[in-house]
Amino acid sequence: MGAAAALSEEELDAAFAALADGTRRAIVARLAVGEASVLELAQPFEMSQPAISKHLKVLERAGLITRSRDAQRRPCRLEPQRLQQVAEWLGGYRKFWEESYDRLDEYLKELQAKPRQEKNRGKQARSHRRSP
Amino acid sequence: MANKLEVIVDPHEPTIETRRTFNAPRELVWEAWTKPEHLKRWCGPDRLEWVVLEMDFRVGGKYRWVQRAPDGNEYAFHGEYREIVRPTKIVQTFIFDPMPDAVAVDTLTLEEHDGKTTCITMTLHTSIENRDGHFANGGMEVGMREGYDRLEKLLSEQLRR
Repeated sequence: MGAAAALSEEELDAAFAALADGTRRAIVARLAVGEASVLELAQPFEMSQPAISKHLKVLERAGLITRSRDAQRRPCRLEPQRLQQVAEWLGGYRKFWEESYDRLDEYLKELQAKPRQEKNRGKQARSHRRSP
Repeated sequence: MANKLEVIVDPHEPTIETRRTFNAPRELVWEAWTKPEHLKRWCGPDRLEWVVLEMDFRVGGKYRWVQRAPDGNEYAFHGEYREIVRPTKIVQTFIFDPMPDAVAVDTLTLEEHDGKTTCITMTLHTSIENRDGHFANGGMEVGMREGYDRLEKLLSEQLRR
């Protein structure tokens, strides 16, 4: 696990709520390739600047983006650390199922190979199993 | 190519869903989910031993599972089977022992297509707080501990240089 600190309940609520909107996810995706002004962000959405600004405020409050205070165009920047923290929070649960299911995968292969081996017994010596 | 696990967390509903496909017929996957001798072979994180203390697999029957860590720590779960539709669906309650009031309801659905089976788990918690509590106390802790173990290994490797 990385150096990112664990998120509080409120921070998690804010992050998940912020990401539960298609426009905001599109903004996050756009900012992943580089900073952009409100005007630039509004362009592809056919949305008014105030509407985009509202979305930006939600993302900002959730800690997912920051906006520069000094420059006149106030570019928005992605805060990748917050996304990382959300992913890490999910990581424990994911790990449980990923590890379980990887083992189930192997186990099912084993179970499926068994009857075939029994059938082939006598006909031929154990053949090498092909790996996927 | 390995089949990938999908995890879907709803921000507004206290649910969490997982999906994963296996290259095996549904009957076999059903066996693996419903027989204790199979279940203990695969269920749970790598480092924990999965112990089936009780598994009375019928509607109204109870189960009790324990995950045992190498350091002796145990994480215990229990619940009751509410619905069993062989070989497609199991509904069971799920209670993490330290949080007895947080009764989650797990629904497992097995879908078969072209000889492959998709396992879909849908867990409904009593509240978003309880769902997140399960993360924090159950899954997350394991994830964290394993993360710390890796960190420890990395540090000891660094120290040996």
